[in-house]
Amino acid sequence: MRTRLGIGAGGAMMLLPILFIGLFFLFPVGMVVGRGLGGEGLDAVDELMRSSRQRSVLWFTFWQAVVSTVLTIAVALPAAATVGGLSDRGRRVVRALVTVPFVLPTVVVAGAFDELFFATGLDTGAFRLRHTVWAILIAHIFFNYAVVVRVVGTAWAGLDGRQAEAARVLGASRWRAWREVTLPLLRPAISSASAIVFLFSFTSFGAVLILGGPRRATLETEIYRYAVSRTDLTGAAALAVVQLAAVLALVAVSTWLERRRPAPIRMARSTPTLRSRSGRWINTVVAGALLGVPLAVLVERSFSTGTGYGLGHYEALGTRVRQLPAPATTALWNSVHYAVLATALAVLIGVVASVVVVHGRSGWRRLFDLGLTLPLGTSAVTIGFGMLVALDEPPVDFRTRWWIIPVAHALVGVPFVVRTMVPLLRSIDPSIREAAAVLGASRRRVRREIDLVIGARGALVGGGFAFAVSLGEFGATSFLPRRPDDVTAPVALFRLLSTPGDLLRGQAMALAVVLMVLVSVSVFVIESSHGTTEGSL
Amino acid sequence: MLRVDALTVRFGGVRAVDNVSFELAEGERLAVLGSSGCGKSTLLRAIAGLEAGDGTVSVDGTDLTHAAPDHRPIGLMFQDHALFPHRTVEQNVAFGLRMAGEADRARTRRVREMLALVGLEGFGGRQIATLSGGEAQRVALARALAPAPKILLLDEPLGSLDRHRRERLIDELPDVLQETGTGAIHVTHDHDEAFAIGDRLAVMHAGKLLRVGPPSDVWAAPASITVARVLGHTNEIVDGSATVVWRADAMIVDPTGSHEATVDRVQFRGTSYTVRLRTPDGRMLRFLLDDPPAVGDDVRFRIDPARVLRFD
Repeated sequence: MRTRLGIGAGGAMMLLPILFIGLFFLFPVGMVVGRGLGGEGLDAVDELMRSSRQRSVLWFTFWQAVVSTVLTIAVALPAAATVGGLSDRGRRVVRALVTVPFVLPTVVVAGAFDELFFATGLDTGAFRLRHTVWAILIAHIFFNYAVVVRVVGTAWAGLDGRQAEAARVLGASRWRAWREVTLPLLRPAISSASAIVFLFSFTSFGAVLILGGPRRATLETEIYRYAVSRTDLTGAAALAVVQLAAVLALVAVSTWLERRRPAPIRMARSTPTLRSRSGRWINTVVAGALLGVPLAVLVERSFSTGTGYGLGHYEALGTRVRQLPAPATTALWNSVHYAVLATALAVLIGVVASVVVVHGRSGWRRLFDLGLTLPLGTSAVTIGFGMLVALDEPPVDFRTRWWIIPVAHALVGVPFVVRTMVPLLRSIDPSIREAAAVLGASRRRVRREIDLVIGARGALVGGGFAFAVSLGEFGATSFLPRRPDDVTAPVALFRLLSTPGDLLRGQAMALAVVLMVLVSVSVFVIESSHGTTEGSL
Repeated sequence: MLRVDALTVRFGGVRAVDNVSFELAEGERLAVLGSSGCGKSTLLRAIAGLEAGDGTVSVDGTDLTHAAPDHRPIGLMFQDHALFPHRTVEQNVAFGLRMAGEADRARTRRVREMLALVGLEGFGGRQIATLSGGEAQRVALARALAPAPKILLLDEPLGSLDRHRRERLIDELPDVLQETGTGAIHVTHDHDEAFAIGDRLAVMHAGKLLRVGPPSDVWAAPASITVARVLGHTNEIVDGSATVVWRADAMIVDPTGSHEATVDRVQFRGTSYTVRLRTPDGRMLRFLLDDPPAVGDDVRFRIDPARVLRFD
């Protein structure tokens, strides 16, 4: 007889993600929903929807997300075409380069754009961008450029180029062949990229908070304002309910759209390439201007000391300023420390959960799939807010413990691990497992030799994302009260940025550059594990 | 009608198509025979305008060398068909007509005609994913023929079909092309297919057209050892300064024959047996025999002198 994974061991393994998601996600979010809907809460939602300010906040949240999505697709689609036509190696390099902006801490990016507006005189005057909706939109394009390039570029690379060629031979012009054949075949990838970009723009927090200025508010920043500035937890809960409902509706619509996908497309031998050299140059210039310039300004400012260039701002990171509870170096150390713990936790839980999603009994499988998708669709602000209101009484009085921060970060990171591992495990051709079994491997041995070895690359990639996300996490962290010594780097950066004054701005830029370097390193670790992240986020 | 002159296509340093020239008459079918990688697909792609090269391509005296694929009166049927998976059978067949700006009514009629021509009446509403290999192949043919190209290029069109369907389409394809009066260049690696379909046969090797002529002439006189090999003359011995080659069906078992060899392996092939012989000097020869000897036997044989080719 072959040994099966014992039910006891398997059950114990499954308990870990169940407990984790249950205690730190479902329970807090459930408390928020209960508070938003129950008793006086329903009145609160009702009252909110009557208030013209909230209606305009909701409307703004929605339309800025729509416009962000449309603009991102428009700007990034030509780039996806170029990337789709590159060699495998070239594609990997470009993907790594555009992915850095995607995982950069929102606070860093917002700071970079803010600084760019100052540096170019766009902070005031007729062409003011600072504290306008344009600033928010540009930042959203910046973040989500990578989503479109990765998702659509990969789909493009997988297209069969001969179909477009067939159209050409049948008399279609280059443009017509693109519109009639290539574009329809890319539509599933474009719509799934759009759904992701819309979701990210809809739940964007740090960028709106910093770039939008005091007058621009979305649901996210409004929840923050209610909960933290006004300490109106019921009002915040009501807003969070509206937010959750909107996100659920979006997920439902996009799932429905995915169901209507046409038959899978056969894998390609040749790819419809964007052959024109000029197209390649235009894309490089656009990407360089959009992605490179803000970051270049950021780096330049961090070294500029007023009297020339030097390391002054970096050296200043070691001394405590009035606006921060601890020196910025302490905050950086905390962030790295939390990120390591959060990554370990996210990988552990993510791996177990992925195995259940792929190999578990059908009932468990569906439950896990759903339970793991929910945190992805829930905004970090809602998660942080949920922990704030739910984990405040014994026996779960956790919100002031230091470890609640890595736990919150792990919660945000788990979906990344699952999203990279599940497709990878599913992609393992069953015949490979059968071959291993025929060669004498027990069921358990097959899992170890095939699934774990192949899945390990997914765990590495997902872990890399979890690490980067934890380093830059701001939304959930900003809700969790901490001891002064526990402050994280993004929170410290936010405080430095919100204080006027050149000296602190210089320090803020230096801190942002350090964070950017740390995140970039993890992205290159992700991308150097070849082929595993194709098509995933 | 079609005239290809000194066509060369380079990929990096490799000449995939090397100085190819030929003409195709109105309604003529030219079969291009070559092993995989010899450049025959690239030749078609260059004629269709999908690959840039040196030399000229002209149709009826009009130089099309620099014309885009959509401005050439040339159709191409792709290997594995390249049907549009997001469109129905009818929409696939109508595509070229739509590009030509054909009116709705005429288009519908033409699509129906084409589907009838390839024996797929009533398939118009089907999704591409639901078609079998043979059906997809017919749709691809109908799609390529619908805009009535003067010349149709066929790139291994029967390659993905099982033997039974292939035989049937080898039988039907010339009829369809005849009926529509379409000139065709049919590329294949299978010599039976090439003989059956081509009015003329061109043998391609390493980017060059080595021999062009009526199939029976090419068969009888391959003119070079490379052409002979492409045509299936796989048995080879060196006799003095000459190389002697012959096909597997040219051997006659004869106790008085001048050659002797040991039977190494016997494979049953339906109508006959393939017998592998090992000569005393270790060379392997393959023969088709109706009545095979046993493995390990020594046999004497002679080779039908009329079917042996000598190259000095």
